[in-house]
Amino acid sequence: MSKTIQEINEKIKKGSAVVVTAEEIIDIVRKKGAKKAASEVDVVTTGTFGPMCSSGAYFNLGHTKPRIKIGGGTCTLNDVPCYTGFAAVDVILGATAMPDYDQRNSIYPGSFKYGGAHVIEELVAGKAVKLSATAYGTDCYPRKSVETMVYLADMNEAVLFDPRNCYQNYNVAVNCSDKVIYTYMGRLLPRIGNANYCSAGQLSPLLNDPLYKTIGIGTRIFLGGGQGYVSWQGTQHNPNVKRSDNGVPRMGSGTLAVMGDLKQMSPEWLRGASMTGYGVTLTVGIGVPIPILNEEIVQYTAVRDEEIFAQVIDYSKNYPEVIPGSVAEVNYAQLKSGSITLEGRQVPTGGLSSYVCAQKIAATLKKWIVDKKFYLSEPAALLPSVDSGISVKLMADRPVKK
Amino acid sequence: MPKKRVVLTFPPSLVSQPVTYHLVKDYDLMVNILRGVVTPNEESGLVVELSGAKHALEGGMKYLSETGIHVQPLGQDIKWHEDKCTHCTACIPACPTQALTVDRESMEVSFEKDKCIACELCIQICPYRALEIQF
Ligand code: SF4
Ligand code: SF4
Repeated sequence: MSKTIQEINEKIKKGSAVVVTAEEIIDIVRKKGAKKAASEVDVVTTGTFGPMCSSGAYFNLGHTKPRIKIGGGTCTLNDVPCYTGFAAVDVILGATAMPDYDQRNSIYPGSFKYGGAHVIEELVAGKAVKLSATAYGTDCYPRKSVETMVYLADMNEAVLFDPRNCYQNYNVAVNCSDKVIYTYMGRLLPRIGNANYCSAGQLSPLLNDPLYKTIGIGTRIFLGGGQGYVSWQGTQHNPNVKRSDNGVPRMGSGTLAVMGDLKQMSPEWLRGASMTGYGVTLTVGIGVPIPILNEEIVQYTAVRDEEIFAQVIDYSKNYPEVIPGSVAEVNYAQLKSGSITLEGRQVPTGGLSSYVCAQKIAATLKKWIVDKKFYLSEPAALLPSVDSGISVKLMADRPVKK
Repeated sequence: MPKKRVVLTFPPSLVSQPVTYHLVKDYDLMVNILRGVVTPNEESGLVVELSGAKHALEGGMKYLSETGIHVQPLGQDIKWHEDKCTHCTACIPACPTQALTVDRESMEVSFEKDKCIACELCIQICPYRALEIQF
């Protein structure tokens, strides 16, 4: 038996839709089988809460009196530079941007206390932020500078936009060298002293729809505590990688570009993060509902941590030098147990993506649907899948014409 | 009950002294060893928490310094801001004393202050500044 998204929405409206989380569906499918589960369950909710550098927000700041054309000029929010290559008062703030005076990692290893991600978190928390802008002045936009305090509520539009988020699986990072290294995967101790991973595993959105059969452009999602949308496949979307028989990729693969109204969001689900020795990044809460259209889809959502494998990569050499090869392959049940066995030794594991928060997001999304506050949307187009021929390329290094 | 956390450094000649025995027996103190590196013939260190009556604590401290052991108060306190913690577990492998632990069923992180020796190893790991040094 199969269902349509429209039928599911009607059930939500009537209050008869059965909604469970990606954790709860595991036992349901195990006890009842996929066929019965598919007919009984209408929606499975997923969640993830991990750091993602490819995050940012764009704002329309409102026009000043007299007008200023910040486009082509400069603009900072709490001293963090925004991108100003757009119209008069449209600016973009990236999560990883930092004030010019930040010492970066010139004092080893570098603490990266404050950046774009923190500005976004503070705006969403309702705090005042210092805006400074300069311009060259034109006949129609005469003003040359402005300095003021702004609130999120003042802005005409404030939109979270992540060109890439929601990574479908990810590397497990280790350090095979004999000195400590600081990476976006955290501090890695020498001689494989620890192993860090970053995925919600069985709760992660794209691991529950491994071949992108339901999630597509226009899918309505939980985003940062508000309702947002999948706007495109994410950058570096890479469907053609090694997969298990259950369709689940055994390494980083698909990604989502997402966007939504910042004014609906909450600082609980948008957190500025400082990665020692690396930089600033934004941790974003995302939850995607998966419509249970048929047996095949419900089977995908029943995936368990022990069936999801990831590659252990050396971040002292292989990752920075782009040398293929992994130290080992482990699954998320092993990673979550607190240690994995590598080269015959027990190696402690640490997470970067919060499972507790992922559970909370999946439960919140479930509640929204049950409470009729959230309806499923029909994707306008599905994401490129394994048959698309898409695979990620490196930058070409060509001689530059002088 | 008053408590004191101190770092004791023993010169090699004093390593064989039954210090904790005396603290317990003669001063009626509770001695909780938070961390220790004791190596015969080398300088050794113990981080201990002493608790007992006020006068007993004073007596114990006096005894320790008189034996020639270097006594230093444990510098800072580490505070775990539960509201800022995302339970990501990044800090867990860094903590040498298991003051920071995870319940592997629920994946929830918790902090037991009594086990913390303020080594600060976790401070630079937490991306959300949920762990903080308090002076
Ligand atoms: S300072 Fe941090 S790492 Fe060191 S013992 Fe305390 S909690 Fe553990
Ligand atoms: S690293 Fe920070 S946020 Fe993560 S579990 Fe430890 S204290 Fe909590």
